[in-house]
Amino acid sequence: MKAWHFSENAYPYLPPADEYESIRVSLPNRIYDPEKGAALYDRFLDEWLIAEDEGMEIMLNEHHQTATCVDPAAPLVLAALARLTKKARLLILGNPISNRRQPVRVAEEMAMVDILSRGRLEAGFVRGVPYEVLPANSNPVRMNERQWEALDLIVKAWTNHDGPFSHEGRFFHYRAVNIWPRPYQQPHPPIWISTTSPSGAARVGAHGYVQATFLTGFDGTRAVFDAYRRGWREAGRGSDVPVDRLAYAALVYAAPNEADARAGAEKLLWYITSNKVPPHFANPPGYVPVQANVAMLRGAEHPLSAFRRAATVEGAIDAGIMFAGTPDQVHQQMKKLYDHVGGFGHLLIMGQAGFLEHDETVVGIRTFAREVYPRAREEFPDTAISGVA
Amino acid sequence: MQRHVIAIAGVELELFEFGEGRPIVFLHGASGFVPEHPFVAPLSARHRLIAPSHPGFGASSLPDWIDAVADIAHIHLELLDRLGLDQVDVIGCSIGGWIAAELASMAPKTVRRLVLVGPVGVKTGPVDRLDIPDIFALPQSTLERLLFHDPERMRTDPSRLTDEQLGIAARNRETLALLSWEPYMHNPKLPHRLHRVTAPTLFLRGESDGLVSAEYLAAYSRLLPNARTDTIAEAGHAPHLEQPEAFAAMVLAFLDAGAVS
Repeated sequence: MKAWHFSENAYPYLPPADEYESIRVSLPNRIYDPEKGAALYDRFLDEWLIAEDEGMEIMLNEHHQTATCVDPAAPLVLAALARLTKKARLLILGNPISNRRQPVRVAEEMAMVDILSRGRLEAGFVRGVPYEVLPANSNPVRMNERQWEALDLIVKAWTNHDGPFSHEGRFFHYRAVNIWPRPYQQPHPPIWISTTSPSGAARVGAHGYVQATFLTGFDGTRAVFDAYRRGWREAGRGSDVPVDRLAYAALVYAAPNEADARAGAEKLLWYITSNKVPPHFANPPGYVPVQANVAMLRGAEHPLSAFRRAATVEGAIDAGIMFAGTPDQVHQQMKKLYDHVGGFGHLLIMGQAGFLEHDETVVGIRTFAREVYPRAREEFPDTAISGVA
Repeated sequence: MQRHVIAIAGVELELFEFGEGRPIVFLHGASGFVPEHPFVAPLSARHRLIAPSHPGFGASSLPDWIDAVADIAHIHLELLDRLGLDQVDVIGCSIGGWIAAELASMAPKTVRRLVLVGPVGVKTGPVDRLDIPDIFALPQSTLERLLFHDPERMRTDPSRLTDEQLGIAARNRETLALLSWEPYMHNPKLPHRLHRVTAPTLFLRGESDGLVSAEYLAAYSRLLPNARTDTIAEAGHAPHLEQPEAFAAMVLAFLDAGAVS
C-alpha cells in the first residue's frame, strides 16, 4: 500500500458561519488576508516536504472560489513541488477537465510537470464537485461526456509523437495538436479518476485507470470498487483486478496517545462541519440524474452530503470515513474498511484541516509514517488482488 | 384534445392540439406544457391551438445533437411544414419566447402575428450586470418571489405530484440549463437578426415579473420593426398561469385585431 499526504490548503480564518451564505462560490475574498495566505502556502508546502522525508507520497487537488481549498490552479503548486521534492510521487487529483475549456493545455501542463519531476507525476482527472460549475461557468449538463472526450484527447496528445493531429469532436475542436514537451514517463503518466458513483467507476475500470473515491465509507466504497472490478472484467482486462488500481481517501490522524489523537481528529472534522453550501450551489440542474433529483424532491439527502451525518469523531470512524487514534487503533480501523471493500492499494490521507496547526499536522504525518505505514505495507502488499476475501 | 408524437431529426416530439380555426402555435416556457393549463380553453375556443413540448421537455426526447435554442426553432419550423401550415400566429413564453423569436427571424413569412410573453433571448444591458437574474444560483424562496406575483398561491407542492411529474419537472430544468447556461439566457446573434421579423408583435409581461424587467422588455421590443409592449396586472413571469383569463383576452384581442377571418 502507498500512503499519500493530501492537504486541501484551506484558509480557516473565517467569520462565524451564520454571517455568510456559503463557504464556497459566494464568500467574498475580502475575508482572505494575503499575508496569512502566503504563510499558509509556505506551511502546507513544508508539510508536503516532511511527508516526503517520512517516505510518503504527495497528493494535491483543486477547487475554486472557496475557503476550503485555496488551490485554484493546482498545476502551479504541482510545478513548485516538482522542483522542491526529490523522490515522492506527485498526484494531482485532479484536473477538472469537465470545467477546463482547453484539454490540450492540460496535457501540456501535465507533460511539463512530468518532465520537471523526472517522471514522478500521477495525473488525476475529476469531473468536479457541483459547486465548481459556477466559478467555471461550466454547463452542468453533459459533464461526463465532456470529461471523457477531454481525457481521450489528452491521452492522444501525450502519446502522439508524429506531428500535428486534428480533433473535431462533440465538445472540443483542434486543427493541429502537437504538444511540446511530451511526457517523461512512457507511454504517459499513470492516470487516476475520482468518482463517488458506481456507474462512473465501471467505465474507469474498463479503461484500467486508477479509481479513487473520497469519504464514501463502508458500503459506498464497496459499491464503487465492485463496479470498477465489474467494468474491468467486462472489458476483458482479466479476472484479477490488482489492488493498486484502487484508492480511498479518508480523514486520517494518528498520534502516540489517545488524548492527542482525539484532539487532532476533532480538528480534522473541520472539512465536514465547515462545508456550508446552500442547495442552489450544491445541486445544479443535470449534475445528478433525473431520478436522483426526484428522490431529493421527495426528501432524500443529496448524495454528496451523506457524509455530513458523520460530524463527530465516533460517527466518522463508524462510517469508515475517518481513521483516528493510536497507531494500533488506526491500523485496526483501516483493516476493517480494507476487508469490507475488497482491498485498496492507495490510502489518500486528508491529514490537515482547518485549525489543525503545523506541529499537530506533523505529529499526524510522522506517527502514521513511522508507526502505521510499515505495518500497512506489510499487511496490504501492492501485489495483492482486490475483491478476494 | 389530441396528443401525437412526431419524429423530426432524431426528436420524438410530443404535440398537443385543441380546437379548430385559425392556427395558434403555443411555445411553452421552462416549466413545460400540460393540457390542463387554464389558458388552453379560452385560446382554443375559436382557434386551433398547437402546443409542442420542446425537445428535452415533457415527453419529447432530447438527442445528443441538440444543445441550443436555435436547434429547437429548426425543429418547430419542420413541425409546421409537416402540419402543412404556411402561416401561423405564435405565442412564446419565457424561453419559449426566445424560441419564437429565433423561429420568426429564420422564417419571417411563417409568422402572421407574434406574442412574446416575458421572453428571454437577447442581452440588452451592461456587460457587468445580468439582464436576467441567475435562476440557477438563487434560493428557491427567492426564485418564487421573482417568478410569481402571488408565490403562496402559485407554488407547486412536490408532495402532490406523481414521480412521473416530478421526473418531468427535473428533466425540464436540466434541459433549461443545457440551453441557457452560456451565454446566459441569450443568443448574441439574435438582436442582429430580429430586424427581419416584420409581423406585428406584442411583447407582454406580468407587472410583478422579477426575471424580465420592463426595461428589458422595452429594449427587446425595439429590436423588432413592428412591436409594442403591454403589461398584465397581478401577474409575474407566467401571466398565462397566474392570470389566464386576462392573458387570453389580451392575446386574442391582439391576434384577432389583425385577422382577415
